[in-house]
Amino acid sequence: MEIRSPQFKGNVRAALDDQALQRAMGNVRSGFIQKRANAAAKLPEFEDLRDEARDIKNHALEHLDLYLEAYEEKVTASGGHVHWAVDAEEARDIVTAICKSVDARTVTKGKSMITEEIGLNDHLERNGLTPIETDLGEYIIQLRGEHPSHIIAPAIHVNKDEVEDEFRRVHTHLPVDRNLEDPRTLLSEAREILRHKFQTADVGVTGANFLIAETGTSVIVTNEGNGDLTQLLPRVHIVVASLEKIVPTLDDTAQILRVLARSATGQDMSVYTTFSTGPRRPDDPDGPEEYHVVLLDNGRSSMLGTDFQDMLRCIRCGACMNHCPVYHTVGGHAYGWVYPGPMGAVLTPSLIGVDQSGHLPNASTFCGRCESVCPMRIPLPKMMRHWRQREFERKLSPATIRAGLGAWAFLAKRPALYQMAMSIGMPVMAWWAGKTGRMASLPLAGGWTKHRDLPAPEGKTFQQQWKQRQEGTPT
Amino acid sequence: MAETRRVALFVTCLVDLFRPSVGFATVKLLEDAGFTVEVPSAQTCCGQPAYNSGDNRDARDIARQVIEAFESYDFIVAPSGSCAGMLKKHYPELFENEVKWKARAEAFADKVHELVSFLVDIAGVKSVAASFDGTVTYHDSCSGLRELGVQTQPRALLDTVEGLKLTEMADSDVCCGFGGTFCVKYPDISNAMVGRKTEAIVASGAGTLLAGDLGCLLNMAGKLKREGRPIQARHVAEVLAGMTDTAAIAEDR
Repeated sequence: MEIRSPQFKGNVRAALDDQALQRAMGNVRSGFIQKRANAAAKLPEFEDLRDEARDIKNHALEHLDLYLEAYEEKVTASGGHVHWAVDAEEARDIVTAICKSVDARTVTKGKSMITEEIGLNDHLERNGLTPIETDLGEYIIQLRGEHPSHIIAPAIHVNKDEVEDEFRRVHTHLPVDRNLEDPRTLLSEAREILRHKFQTADVGVTGANFLIAETGTSVIVTNEGNGDLTQLLPRVHIVVASLEKIVPTLDDTAQILRVLARSATGQDMSVYTTFSTGPRRPDDPDGPEEYHVVLLDNGRSSMLGTDFQDMLRCIRCGACMNHCPVYHTVGGHAYGWVYPGPMGAVLTPSLIGVDQSGHLPNASTFCGRCESVCPMRIPLPKMMRHWRQREFERKLSPATIRAGLGAWAFLAKRPALYQMAMSIGMPVMAWWAGKTGRMASLPLAGGWTKHRDLPAPEGKTFQQQWKQRQEGTPT
Repeated sequence: MAETRRVALFVTCLVDLFRPSVGFATVKLLEDAGFTVEVPSAQTCCGQPAYNSGDNRDARDIARQVIEAFESYDFIVAPSGSCAGMLKKHYPELFENEVKWKARAEAFADKVHELVSFLVDIAGVKSVAASFDGTVTYHDSCSGLRELGVQTQPRALLDTVEGLKLTEMADSDVCCGFGGTFCVKYPDISNAMVGRKTEAIVASGAGTLLAGDLGCLLNMAGKLKREGRPIQARHVAEVLAGMTDTAAIAEDR
């Protein structure tokens, strides 16, 4: 996927001017937040469960090597194959090699961010294979030639009328005068078309929410059931997952599942939670003949032992972006790569380099709402700050900001000089503003006054007046 | 008679420079609660602009300066959740690799409080002797709310202000888009955020906007003025101290 994070400011401008996007983002602000709050409030032990989920993942990450080996052993014992991929290219090549080994033509796909990360669809097409997204949201954006703008609601930026337009444009074999007013009719239409694709696909690719070391099982959580059809009906099931998806046991998985859907959509559980262990066994009524797991690193192992290790706890619930006022304002595409919102602002620099994505950890007010809802208690603002430190150390931040900051710090570290300068500066500013009490423009303050007035200082500083008061002179 | 306890006022750079009257309102509230207030002169800013820009070296230098000037007091109080949060939560983080300073920063942090939560939770203030004729709405500033748990305390005290009626705005806990340097680094995003905020303020029907952080207030008041809204903005301390004779923030004077 093309990296557009360096053009973040331009992306923001375009997003703000995009009326349809702004209309769609209104739904994010109103929908997810109340649902999560209700779900959390209904469960007295919710906060304790968050602690437990955090501890489980921390433990798994501390012993990741052992659990990965145990996992591979179990997958192999159940008749599956584990393929280790260092980077995106290796992962793509493994998937296409498996597809070619069974002469595949079409590949159905369950919703997966990791296949976005490795750019799988384009690669499959270049190799003569047809990828078909089967999650409704993914299907819609595949038709539109877009990437997901949200990690659990990929088409959250698309309005219903736009979906209707797209379906009419693409599904030309259906009657032109059909009624698509009701959202359900759109769903039925997509379902009808996808049903046929499920039955004819040669390979099904899914991601995984968890990989269980104890049993060699991959777990997906979905609401549409498309993931199940993707992994059960074709001859071959390929799981593409990054290595931090490991959890030690089935019990651990059950614990984390209790916070996942509640944090994501406010459901107690997602509609489908599906466990897959190996290929079809002789007595199984259905299932794939081959079961492969592509275990992707792509930079994650180098986050271990660093300030960014905590990010590997992320279970991709999307709560951070659902609650982020910056995400609400600009939508997911503005972030310019696969992962948007607060989790993207921390993860993206780890995966593609902070030199490419420096805006992301900076475009935050540190309001802390993301951390307050993260089921895994990932200190997202703290880690964004770590990235800002890296940028500052490498002198990647803008020269004007560094210079301004330097001058300010020089003064801030010299209280006497600072107070003298301010006791002159503030009355001058107050005089400049005159009787209005505010300034519509001010040299060097364009970033502020472009959109709002600058309230004027009252006059003498507090410290000036305090000293005069202590000395008994009238203020 | 017990010795009165000494509070050091960390006035914050924005109050010092832009709105000294908030500082005097703070002093009054603290004195009314029975404390002796002192203002250590070696104070400029808490260091957030440096810390939030990744400049930890300057942030540490400033933190040392503040700790040295304030650590001998019984309490350190700031009329800002953001600055108090910096002193209380982030100073110790700055000294992860310096054992002695970390211990000093932690001992210092234990004594740091945001003004209104200090009055209610520590000083046990139940009511204030102030009156205010009008309807107000209260914005929960992010750091105060999520780092320090300031939410019920200002509402409890506002409830005792004679004549005052509090009407809640929608999403009072959502960021106003100030974010320190954020608002000038990403002015377009900040503008959209403060635009949603002023919409909620206007919809509340209140005539006065209150908050506990001057940064947020300068942002929201500046936007309200630019939009031509007839809504006044004040720091909550001004109302609690009954010191509302001064022109409101950004108001003609």
